[in-house]
Amino acid sequence: MAEQPAFDVPELKPYPVIPKLVEDAMAHSQPFVAKPNFQGPLGFPGELVDDWQDVAVKKMGELTDRYRSLQVFLDSCVKCGACTDKCHYYLGTTDPKNMPVARQDLFRKVYRRHYTFAGKYLPWLVGAEDLTEEVLDDWYKYFHQCSQCRRCSVYCPYGIDTAEISMAAREVMDSIGKGQKYCNEIIGKVHTIGNNLGLPEPALVDTLEGLAEEIEEDTGVAVQFPLDQKGADILLVTPSADFFAEPHVDGLIGYAKVLHEAGLSWTLSSHASEAANFGMFIGSYENMRKVALRIREAALDLGVKRIVFGECGHAWRVAYSFLNTLAGPFDFLDPNYPIPQHICEVTHGLIQEGKLRLDKSQNDDMVLTYHDSCNVARASRMGDVPGGQFTIPRDVIRASCNHFYDMPADTVREATYCCGGGGGLLTDDLIELRVKGALPRMEALKQVVDDHGVTHMAAICAICKSQFAKVLTYYGFQMDQIVSVHQLVSNAIILTGSEQEKEAELSEAA
Amino acid sequence: MDAASLALTFLYYGAALVLALGLALRIRRYAAVPAPLKIPTTPAPTNRTGVVLRMIRELTLFESLFKSNKWIWLFGWMFHFGLLLVLLRHLRYFTDPVWGWVAFLQPYGKYASLMMVLGLLGLWFRRVMVDRVRYISALSDHLMLALLIAIGVTGIAMSFAVGTDVVAVKAFFLGLMWFDWQPLPSDPLLYVHLVLVALLMLIFPFSKLLHAPGVFFSPTRNQADNPREHRHVSAWALKLEKGNG
Repeated sequence: MAEQPAFDVPELKPYPVIPKLVEDAMAHSQPFVAKPNFQGPLGFPGELVDDWQDVAVKKMGELTDRYRSLQVFLDSCVKCGACTDKCHYYLGTTDPKNMPVARQDLFRKVYRRHYTFAGKYLPWLVGAEDLTEEVLDDWYKYFHQCSQCRRCSVYCPYGIDTAEISMAAREVMDSIGKGQKYCNEIIGKVHTIGNNLGLPEPALVDTLEGLAEEIEEDTGVAVQFPLDQKGADILLVTPSADFFAEPHVDGLIGYAKVLHEAGLSWTLSSHASEAANFGMFIGSYENMRKVALRIREAALDLGVKRIVFGECGHAWRVAYSFLNTLAGPFDFLDPNYPIPQHICEVTHGLIQEGKLRLDKSQNDDMVLTYHDSCNVARASRMGDVPGGQFTIPRDVIRASCNHFYDMPADTVREATYCCGGGGGLLTDDLIELRVKGALPRMEALKQVVDDHGVTHMAAICAICKSQFAKVLTYYGFQMDQIVSVHQLVSNAIILTGSEQEKEAELSEAA
Repeated sequence: MDAASLALTFLYYGAALVLALGLALRIRRYAAVPAPLKIPTTPAPTNRTGVVLRMIRELTLFESLFKSNKWIWLFGWMFHFGLLLVLLRHLRYFTDPVWGWVAFLQPYGKYASLMMVLGLLGLWFRRVMVDRVRYISALSDHLMLALLIAIGVTGIAMSFAVGTDVVAVKAFFLGLMWFDWQPLPSDPLLYVHLVLVALLMLIFPFSKLLHAPGVFFSPTRNQADNPREHRHVSAWALKLEKGNG
């Protein structure tokens, strides 16, 4: 391990155990508050407004008027306890306020106090409370210990999704001037520079040229990374981490090789050089829409026919589930292709059609498993049938490597655990939460490492990849054990006219 | 008519009014608040038929709860289906002549009350014994179980042990329905049973019992997974688009 952490890293147990609750175990965890200069541009007050209680309570009412989910979820919970052991943050931290229902109740008790008969007149009976400073503190802490992964919503008999409550709570906090620095700073960068990482266009051009050179050195084939190329058929929108972070960039190289080999004309956009939409994390429809509209503008400006998204979990949720709503209708695109399409759908289709040659043995140095990213698994789809979001990435992996084993059934597919860093929590001021939240995934990984000799875990989300690259080491794994799905494709693909093709032909001839 | 019968007559009119009006207003609200985004918990059905089947599975089999926790599922299912049979059995007090299928259910409904109370006791046991569930329980969560159990136990006592003048009870409720008020047998156990049921009706629209209508309106369950095929925009979002789009 690189550094000695200032907290106890949970032990990996041989089988999952529901921990006994320890009150206030994570009461010290909270992210940095956004400074006024990050709040203003998003339409939020710079700092806590004077009459914040009144503003917040009024905002709650506005949100229950706006979102049926919120209104129904606040009324419907019966406290049955089905969700209490389902959150990775509860399992990793043992703090009872990280049980989904208890997290919701931080919000619900104020809703009850102000918007229900029982809470107004008999607050002691139903656990209704005023929005005091302590309650607001709890909100800020614990609604930033929810990665909006929706695992609880799978198990709730009414489908109550804590993500909806977290988003609402964050929106209320933004509206009174208590925003989170990480998310709000990033949304600002998307608007001013075009991507989350604040990577300006010249740097982007440099990076892409470097990648093209790298591929040419490896394969002898001139694979291009077009940027702002008008008239291209496909606009590729990918998380900005793909431009330089490991292992993300190996995924980007994979997309480029696939698109090149299939002879598709494509381009990236400097205006929309970011797939992620942090507007969702803060529950702000207006901000989410503004971020989404960049993609529409880029598509119109470049005159493309298709939009394809790179490997990114929450981005795919916004793209798949919300883009048509926020920035549609996309009647100017080619209706013969899904709008938008996931890069895994594209690659999968090409594999099905036999348009890609993949040499699985190129990945023989790895034994793979696959981490279903939460928002891909539970908030989106790929392909034509429900569950395509599980089978398509796995099919792509299986087509690219010889050794693949799934993690235990209660930790994959719709039951997958969040990586621990989703939903706007991928920031170093929350590192303890991130490490502890990764516990259930680490235990599942450990199991296939022990049972099947798994060496690497593939993922299709920029946040998952960054998060695992950081937290794997805390649990005795190596940071490079997390790989991109298209990194595997990139390793296996035999480009026409490449050194690898010649080698393959030679070995065949011999 | 005696004072107790008169009081219960008015109590039941009041309770029925509060229940019907309260629920209607709540349901109207759930229907009126828009769902601006597609948020089904996936994998989800891609069309309406699939959604209807998913909802039927949720309502009859408690599918999600089954995935979650077998004990809560077992106790919850015992309670709810016990209650359903018990309620159907009670239709005999509101229909004359009694419908054939209600008469057929009569013995099953009687024993279902035992299943119902056992389920409730199981749920309460968990609420007290499991630290996580104890933590999230408010006083009202315990009292709700106590109320339901008390209703069940008084009913069971009358069905299986001490009995009551069911002919008179039926006359009372038919009288309520046709505004031809009849006295109740003066039976303390019956009074307790009926007062508690009226209390439950009064509480219903103001409590977590709203999960009953709520489940039908839950967007994570009742939406089809087809956002790429059909553009889904709410009225207020459309206004937003017109405003600055």
